[in-house]
Amino acid sequence: MAQIKLSNLRHSYRPDPAADDDYALKKIDLTWEDGGAYALLGPSGCGKSTLLNIISGLLVPSEGSILFDDTDVTALPPARRNIAQVFQFPVIYDTMTVYDNLAFPLRNRGRDEAIVKQRVTAIAEMLEVAGMLSTRASNLSPDNKQKISMGRGLVREDVNVVMFDEPLTVIDPHLKWKLRSKLKELHQRVRATMIYVTHDQTEALTFADQVVVMQDGEVVQIGTPVELFERPAHTFVGHFIGSPGMNVLPCEVRDGAAFFGGDNVALEGPADSAGGGRAEVGIRPEFVSVSASGSGIAAHVRKVADIGRHKVVEAVAHDSRIHAILEGEAPNPGEAVMLDFKRSQTRLYKDGWLASRPEGAVR
Amino acid sequence: MKKQNQRAWLFVTPVLLLVAFNALIPMMTVVNYSVQETFGDNLFFWQGIDWFEQVLTSDRFHRALGRQFLFTFLILIIEVPLGVAIALAMPRQGFWVPFCLVTMALPMLIPWNVVGAMWNIFTLPDIGLLGYFMNHTLGIPYDMTQNPFAAWVTIIIMDVWHWTSLVVLLAYAGLVSIPNAYYQAAEIDGASGWAVFRFIQLPKMKTVLTIAILLRFMDSFNIYTEPFVLTGGGPGNSTTLLSIDLVKIALGQFDLGPAAAMSLIYFAITLLASWLFYTLMTMNDNKS
Repeated sequence: MAQIKLSNLRHSYRPDPAADDDYALKKIDLTWEDGGAYALLGPSGCGKSTLLNIISGLLVPSEGSILFDDTDVTALPPARRNIAQVFQFPVIYDTMTVYDNLAFPLRNRGRDEAIVKQRVTAIAEMLEVAGMLSTRASNLSPDNKQKISMGRGLVREDVNVVMFDEPLTVIDPHLKWKLRSKLKELHQRVRATMIYVTHDQTEALTFADQVVVMQDGEVVQIGTPVELFERPAHTFVGHFIGSPGMNVLPCEVRDGAAFFGGDNVALEGPADSAGGGRAEVGIRPEFVSVSASGSGIAAHVRKVADIGRHKVVEAVAHDSRIHAILEGEAPNPGEAVMLDFKRSQTRLYKDGWLASRPEGAVR
Repeated sequence: MKKQNQRAWLFVTPVLLLVAFNALIPMMTVVNYSVQETFGDNLFFWQGIDWFEQVLTSDRFHRALGRQFLFTFLILIIEVPLGVAIALAMPRQGFWVPFCLVTMALPMLIPWNVVGAMWNIFTLPDIGLLGYFMNHTLGIPYDMTQNPFAAWVTIIIMDVWHWTSLVVLLAYAGLVSIPNAYYQAAEIDGASGWAVFRFIQLPKMKTVLTIAILLRFMDSFNIYTEPFVLTGGGPGNSTTLLSIDLVKIALGQFDLGPAAAMSLIYFAITLLASWLFYTLMTMNDNKS
């Protein structure tokens, strides 16, 4: 058990990286608190797996260091870091029984057979595989195989961190939910630091207390699921989280007020005066209301999608597409409507980064 | 009884016909010869199972069969571990992969009689590279036309040189199909190099190794051309393997009856041994 600190981490797969683009990880400074449930969220190719492999020791970073508590482990091989990792596809030792699979990491470390038995039984109990301990692992279904992979990670009582690299990829949808809640439950029981890598926002938001969002080798935002949803630090986070994602509309800023195609858009509070760059207004579809007449921005409805619990309205105003999520009645396609943005949820972004703050907030 | 769909037979029929015309029907000629005696002119006399009795009780057959099993056993215990070891040592990616693969495949591309001729010249004591080197540089007497032990060493090494690549390529194919995550997981689990081999690489290579062993067994058990060109079965009868002996009886002595009986016995042994091999090696897979 330890706090994990990544400091000035950079990694490139090229031998002689020069430009920033040569780096798979550009510059990472990050602290994972002991016992936390983290999700590492980002699109494919953003550097999540690279980061994970650096923490586990499968990769040595080009620059920077990794500290477990205050010990520098940058140069240590995986076996000596006392970490566990679960991969995208279940890794099981085909010729061994389930019991031997779970015992493998302990036996390799020369643990006493009595302790092995006690740990394996306890973990099998937790994962609900106790009944299959004597079956050959190759005969298991994919979800049970993945459980065994997880079990091998959890069987050592003192792991610093358990990392999951998109572990539910090969699992049937109806079992995904089960395994996900199992993981959450396991985290509460074993209290080990867990890092869960995924590109699926639902997985990230349900598993983690803290979500780290990455894009292009950089950490864009770290926060609770609610923070990521309500105050995305970057338009990328706004797009990536939420379904549909945040509406991001081009705007002009004059005297601290934002104008979208000439219409004044009331922001949550004062805009940061510093910095120029491309200005945009961000508003979640959940906070856009639609009325036939009244105040707001004139738009016409293009599409309405009924997705069960609510309807998603796609409207166009000033050549920009705006989504609104409505409960109950929705206008018909082709109708002219007025869109109203909830003021406390309307943010300003400059060059992609959040540039407004709530009324009264001290900067 | 469960009702089964019998239409599958239709799909097998073309293969059955093909095999019938190129193997089963011609083999009936052999069956015909094996139970009769002929002095030519298409005159046949019924002989029953006499030829089979004669072959099965003959010392000459026993010795040839013994030599055959010894040969196959020796090349298998050398080629299989050696092939796996080479496959393990080969790079999995990068510039050297095609180089290694082509180099490995080269011996297999050489026609069998050429292999025999090459090794024959190679080992000649007076002008062969190896023969001259052994006798004149190292001073070790080496002449496979005189010394049965030298002849055996030579045909074994020749076969290892010719066919280890087959095991290498099959084992290599098995190795490269192992996803990287397995090695990473093993590393994290603290597995030793031996454990990685025993629990990851070997199980993943098992299917291809079964095929490799089976192919090498059948081919080496039926081997003819290379030892025939190299030693002609000599010195004496020391390297007369089953197939060489068979040809001597059939075409040298023109004893068609005994030769036919011997062919069938030979065939039955190969078939039985292959079946045993395969059954034993795949038995574990069906266990749960």
